[in-house]
Amino acid sequence: MAAPRTLFDKIWDSHLVDTLDDGLNILYIDRHLLHEVLSPQAFEGLRMEGRTVRRTEATLAVADHNVPTTDRSKGIEDPESRLQVETLSINCKEFGVPIFDMLDPRQGIVHVIGPEQGFTLPGTTVVCCDSHTATHGAFGALAFGIGTSEGEHVLATQTLRTSKPKNMRVLVDDPLPVGCTGKDLILAIIGQIGTAGGTGHVIEFCGQAIRDLSMEGRMTVSNMTIEGGARAGLIAPDEKTFEYLKGRPMAPKGAQWEAAVAHWKTLPSDDGATYDREIKIDVANIAPQVTWGTSPEDVVPITGRVPDPKDAESDAKRSAMKRSLEYMGLTPGTPMTEIEIDNVFIGSCTNSRIEDLRAAAEIVKGRKVADRVSAMVSPGSTIIKEQAEEEGLDRVFIEAGFEWREAGCSMCLGMNPDRVPAGKRCASTSNRNFEGRQGRDARTHLVSPAMAAAAAVHGRLVDVRDAD
Amino acid sequence: MEKFTKLSGVAAPMDMINIDTDQIIPKLHLRTIKRTGLGKVLFDELRFKPDGSEIPEFILNQEPYRQTKIIVAGDNFGCGSSREHAPWALLDFGVRCVISTSFADIFYNNCFKNGILPVTVTKDQLDALMADASDRENPELTVDLETQTITRPNGATVSFEIDEFRRECLLNGLDDIGLTLQKVEKIDSYEAQQRESQPWLYR
Repeated sequence: MAAPRTLFDKIWDSHLVDTLDDGLNILYIDRHLLHEVLSPQAFEGLRMEGRTVRRTEATLAVADHNVPTTDRSKGIEDPESRLQVETLSINCKEFGVPIFDMLDPRQGIVHVIGPEQGFTLPGTTVVCCDSHTATHGAFGALAFGIGTSEGEHVLATQTLRTSKPKNMRVLVDDPLPVGCTGKDLILAIIGQIGTAGGTGHVIEFCGQAIRDLSMEGRMTVSNMTIEGGARAGLIAPDEKTFEYLKGRPMAPKGAQWEAAVAHWKTLPSDDGATYDREIKIDVANIAPQVTWGTSPEDVVPITGRVPDPKDAESDAKRSAMKRSLEYMGLTPGTPMTEIEIDNVFIGSCTNSRIEDLRAAAEIVKGRKVADRVSAMVSPGSTIIKEQAEEEGLDRVFIEAGFEWREAGCSMCLGMNPDRVPAGKRCASTSNRNFEGRQGRDARTHLVSPAMAAAAAVHGRLVDVRDAD
Repeated sequence: MEKFTKLSGVAAPMDMINIDTDQIIPKLHLRTIKRTGLGKVLFDELRFKPDGSEIPEFILNQEPYRQTKIIVAGDNFGCGSSREHAPWALLDFGVRCVISTSFADIFYNNCFKNGILPVTVTKDQLDALMADASDRENPELTVDLETQTITRPNGATVSFEIDEFRRECLLNGLDDIGLTLQKVEKIDSYEAQQRESQPWLYR
């Protein structure tokens, strides 16, 4: 009888094309997503060697990082951004790859549109030249980010040469307390395991808190797995997963749907499957989380204070903390709720889906953005934007004083015109608070959508559970 | 891809943990559609002020570190974004080797695709090499991939481990895609079998 296997083991085993010497394997890739920033050199490589794309129908491209979130019918002002977006369109046309270009009604952030279209499916291997490819792990897909050279390899061969990471289980068995979301959960996890906590591993998230999350909540959790060092963060598919996918444009239909679901039900980890590493995270009493520093692991509860470097566990950590505090302009011991903010960004592949927008709108309804704050919302896709408008969420945000933008990566990484000015402090629903991430010398505090909305209204970080 | 056998050169100390790829190559420089030319913006925001003038305290702006070929860095080097522009920028600057106690996975893989050798050493070994790199009179190291050793200025050697296949590919400058396409019948038969068992994945 075969040994019990984890979800990751099952997907891995069923995608092995060849096992090479020394622990390297050729792994089949079912789904390949592309965006404009990290793909040009991959197509150029194919062109130079006279190679083609092996499976165009397993490939999907979208322009998301560089696109403006203001009226784009006028095109892109910045010549380099424009060239990159145009290059993606030209490359896709030349190689026959399906693309949602900037004005396509299905355009959006790559890790939002994949699931939205049913391109992402359980039990598949999904790659993209983008570290937040981990998002698709929420569907029980083995999804991870790759470099551009690896992207070229997938285009040419539909495979990757890779060694097998280890299995890691993160168990979160308490229900999430009121006021806490998938974002707070993943921030708490990263705060505990650190940015290298999962390096070399694929994480499987298990337990009640995970099962209780909606698919959108699960996507938020899986999305930030890479910030904990693990390239992929899987959640076993269940009825919620099937319900989400049913009827989506690229999902199987009819008899194939039934066959697919029957297969997907065999994917969850077997009883008795073993993991190389297991940790349990207690969330029964957590508060909404917020980052204070320049690493996603610099997490404290909103009820906490800016930490003191003298309490650091090592010299390296102490020196990193001092550097972060200086960059962020924070003093140890300051209560997080005293930190005033200048910008609020609700968007990014982490938190820009309809439930995120609803949660933020609920907080903001009938209230105004504080005078000192400049706030914007960028829905994750054009389809989400339209749905939000049907629900009147855009009016709620606009009346409160938010800018209501088009879909794109926007202020997450300051590559398009949406940037946080130097020295300004942003409460952001994105995934990274590195130095310079949202703009040179910009200061980022990562939070959930409801927390970002509450910060916009109060002009400072606040506990969304108290904020009336 | 250029082969990597033995490298002798200036080693620069970057005694910080979690150096992320946003620091190595900020996003505004990701707008290039080429692999080359990024050396001048390596560590851009740590290296240059907004007006373009140099930040004198940054190590690569000081002699002899303008000729750096090797970086000695704190733990978890290359974390964050998958941008392969990070190794491209390092390579274009002239860096062909990074030494640390650990590397983020995606960055680690990207290095091998570009003929850069990431070397993992123990904390004690890192401390010794960091001290060597910090001696601006003589911060030269020799990294030998064939013998898997680093020779320090005082003549002492440090041994390192590395995956055998990756070592072979770097030593011989092998092209991954060419190697995989030698096995194309296996890919063909995998697809044939998958079309039968999971037809919904094909159109």
